[in-house]
Parts: sequence; C-alpha cells; structure tokens
Amino acid sequence: MELFANQVLAGIATGAIYACMALAVVMIYQAIDHLNFAQGEMAMFSTFVSWQLMQWGVPYWGAFVLTVAFSFAAGIAIERLLFKPLAKAPILTNVAGFIALYAIINSVAGLIWDFTIKQYPTPFGSSPFLGSQLISTHQAGMIGITVLLLVLLFIFFRFTRVGLAMRAAASLPESARLVGINTSWMIALGWGMAAAIGSIAGMMIAPVVFLEPNMMLGVLIYGFAAAVLGGLTSPFGAVVGGFLVGIFENLVGTYIPGVGNELKLPIALALIVTVLVVKPAGLFGRPIVKRV
Amino acid sequence: MTAMLNVKDLRAYYGQVQALHGLNFSLDEGSLTTLLGANGAGKTTTLRAICNMVRSTGAIEFEGKPIGARSTENVVRLGIAHVPQGRGTFTTMTVEENLQLGAITRTDKKNIVADIERMYDHFPVLKQRYTQQAGTLSGGEQQMLAVARALMLRPRLMLLDEPSFGLAPLIVRDLFRILGKINREEKVTILVVEQNAQLALELADQAYVIETGRIVMSGDAKDIANNEDVRKSYLGY
Repeated sequence: MELFANQVLAGIATGAIYACMALAVVMIYQAIDHLNFAQGEMAMFSTFVSWQLMQWGVPYWGAFVLTVAFSFAAGIAIERLLFKPLAKAPILTNVAGFIALYAIINSVAGLIWDFTIKQYPTPFGSSPFLGSQLISTHQAGMIGITVLLLVLLFIFFRFTRVGLAMRAAASLPESARLVGINTSWMIALGWGMAAAIGSIAGMMIAPVVFLEPNMMLGVLIYGFAAAVLGGLTSPFGAVVGGFLVGIFENLVGTYIPGVGNELKLPIALALIVTVLVVKPAGLFGRPIVKRV
Repeated sequence: MTAMLNVKDLRAYYGQVQALHGLNFSLDEGSLTTLLGANGAGKTTTLRAICNMVRSTGAIEFEGKPIGARSTENVVRLGIAHVPQGRGTFTTMTVEENLQLGAITRTDKKNIVADIERMYDHFPVLKQRYTQQAGTLSGGEQQMLAVARALMLRPRLMLLDEPSFGLAPLIVRDLFRILGKINREEKVTILVVEQNAQLALELADQAYVIETGRIVMSGDAKDIANNEDVRKSYLGY
C-alpha cells in the first residue's frame, strides 16, 4: 500500500510538469491551431539560461524570476519573427517552421553549453517531505509551484480584461477584431505566456532528469499525451491530463512486469493513439453547444 | 447635417474577383440609413470594406478623417461598431462576458457596469440569461446580444449586417423598434444592410439600393418605398 501511495504521489509530482507542458502546448494550439514541437526545447533553453545565471552567482529565486521574464520575451520574439509571417501559410510550412526551431534551439544550446549532463539545483532540498517517506520536498515543491501557477492563470483568464480578450481572440478571431481586440498581439502574448510556463516546468524537472540539451524530449511527449488525453481545446483538460499521465506512467512502470523505464515512453505514445481512436476530442474537449 | 461617413469610389476585391465597382455614398450624422439589394449585390462587402476586412480601394472618411488604411480593430476603436452577418457571438462565453467584450477597448471602467445594466433594460431577455453560455441562446436572443455587444462600445456609428436574417417576423419587429429607439435616444448613426426591404424602409430615413456592386438608387426612404417601379424591379414586393 505504501508503494502504491508513493508511486501515485511521485506520479502527481511529475504529472505537474506534464500538466505545465500540456498547458503551454494547448495555449499555442488554441491561438494558432498548430502543435508547437519546439515547446520542450524552448523550456530546455530557458533552463540553461537559469543555470548560467546561477553560475554567474545569481541566487536561485533571482535566476528563476529573470528566466521566466526572459522566456516570456523570447516567446513573443519567436512569434513575431517566425510564426507571424507564417500565419497564413499552409500547415506543412508551419510544421517545417516548428521542426527548424526545434533543431536550432537544440544545436545552439549544445554549442553554448555542450551536451554533457549537468547537475541542477533544487530550492526545496531533497529530504523527505515533513518526515514522510512517501514524497521528497522537491516533489512537494514541484506540486506546490504548479498549483500556484495554475491558480494564477485561472484568475488571469477568468477575471482580467486581458485574459478575456485573449480568450476571445483564440475562440473567434474575426469577432474579436470587431470589438477592437488586436488579435495579432494576443497571439504573441499567448506565445510569451506559453514559453514562460514551459520555463517553469523545465526548471522544476531539471533536478530530476538532469540538465542537458535533450532533457525535455521525453517530457514533451508526455506533455503531448496529456494534452491529447485532456483535449487540445481545453486548458483544464490538459492539466488534468498531465496529472493522469504522470500517475498512469508510474503505476504501469511499477506494477506491470516487464515495463521498466525503457517501456514507459512507448506507453505514453500508445495512450495518445488510443485516445485519438476512442475519443478524438479528448476527455474534456467539450463539444460546443450551438444553435442557429 | 454633416456627413459622418463619406465613401468615394469604393472598389473591393475577393482575390481576382471584383465585388464592388466604385460605390459612392454618405451617411448623415444621426441618420438611420439602409442599404438594400439582392443576394450577392455587395451589401456585406460594403460593410466589410468600411471595417477593412476585405481588400479595397477608394476613399473612406469617418468624421472627416480617412480610415481606409486602418486595421479592423483600429477602425472599431474610432467608434464604429459592426454587427456581422451570423452575429459573431462568442458562443463559449457567457452573455455577460460577451457584453464585457463589447467594451474591451474602453478605458472608462466605471461606466461599463452601468452600461451593461442599460443593455439589460433595452433587452430584458439578456438579463435573465446573463450567466448562460451565449451559444445556448435562441437566434433572436443572439441577435439582441450582438446589438447589445456593439452598443457596449458606445459607438458613434453602428453597422448592422442583415439583423433580420433567420428571425421570426415578430422578433424582427421588436429588434427594429429597438434600433429606432437607439438611433433617436442615443444619437447613434446607423447603417443597416437588409434583404427585408419593406421593414427596413419603414425604419430608415435614407436608403440606397445596390445591384451587382453598384448603387442604382438612392434617396429618402419613404420615396423609395412609395415608388412602385423601384419596388418591383429592385426590391421584389
């Protein structure tokens, strides 16, 4: 029983990171109808930036805040320079853009910081949380940060005018322009926020997976699985999907014989395929009520 | 009366296809004007060209300033509200959020709450449904919501694209009565595109008739309504 509780809690902790990545993917998907394959690499690069800042002597939380701000600005810059010009281009052109971005960020990170694995600090420590053997303080910290982030995002989208304008621009761009919303900048803002959320996910998971240019590959695939499971049209679904995938992954790895760490990733992919076949809109991809 | 909107030699294109062939018209401040015509005549295109939602050439002046080079959202910010064909309801949001979106560019936050209440006075049915997802409203209610959303801008000029489309005759009467009231009491200049010529001519002061991208008739709404030849050849009743 303790093993079970332990695995569920560990699953919630990594699930929190998947939830963040899924949310970042869904935010961009809602704005431009494309999956950002480079979301993980953007997060990885941000994590390296924070690591570099700490190498230069900036304390952890200072580096954290600076990195989130940097990522926000970089996300906006990427949208303005690369994807705004591609807005009316065919799907494959955009896909090529995402793959190029993926390769460029990955190589540049390797060039600057090389491909060796680096230790990454945790601000929470790694002792057992509150003396319990079930979960470490870093895992508890990951869950805490994610929950705080989700609450802030919920308040932003539900109760602020900019949040309302962003939702309007994503759901019906033409109507949004007709009430005076600059939809183009709302998309850029979505990119900035997605990049910032991704950077937080990267900095939280780095102590677990260690820092190196390919660190986010697996995480992003789980993030995609989470987004598909929850429904690409539902930010709430993406978050729930993230936690479910995290728990599912850990339980399968623990209790199904033969599924070690090696087979966990294929299981995430099998989950994507299964969801797409059985429930293409995902668990929470709500069918929109419409009357004419 | 001075002209609030002045349109000269307006030509609009969808790709290679030219939809408007040099339109000239103007709207007097405070007037209620209707633009009539059959399917495909270019009525919707005319409204879309004013808001820069279609490629066009020619001169469009609003209150003396050229607006042809402005983006859609910047035209709207001048105080030109456009109720599009199909109403453009934000179906996944609540009625109240739709109204707040109408006022999203306004900086006088204090008055917005009062304006939402004013909309509920104009359209009591919206008040009953303010927390409801807008997509669940009936067609008539959604049209009321679209007009209310446009009014939340506190517009100087309101453009309506076939507000009667798909609505029961009684609801259309009600809607047009409210439009007349808004025009008189809130001094909003209105341009309404319609296929329901009879009703639109009862409501409007001025009328233009458009055929295949050209204005073929203009004048006092009552004169056009009483001219049997015009009615038979262009308006079909």
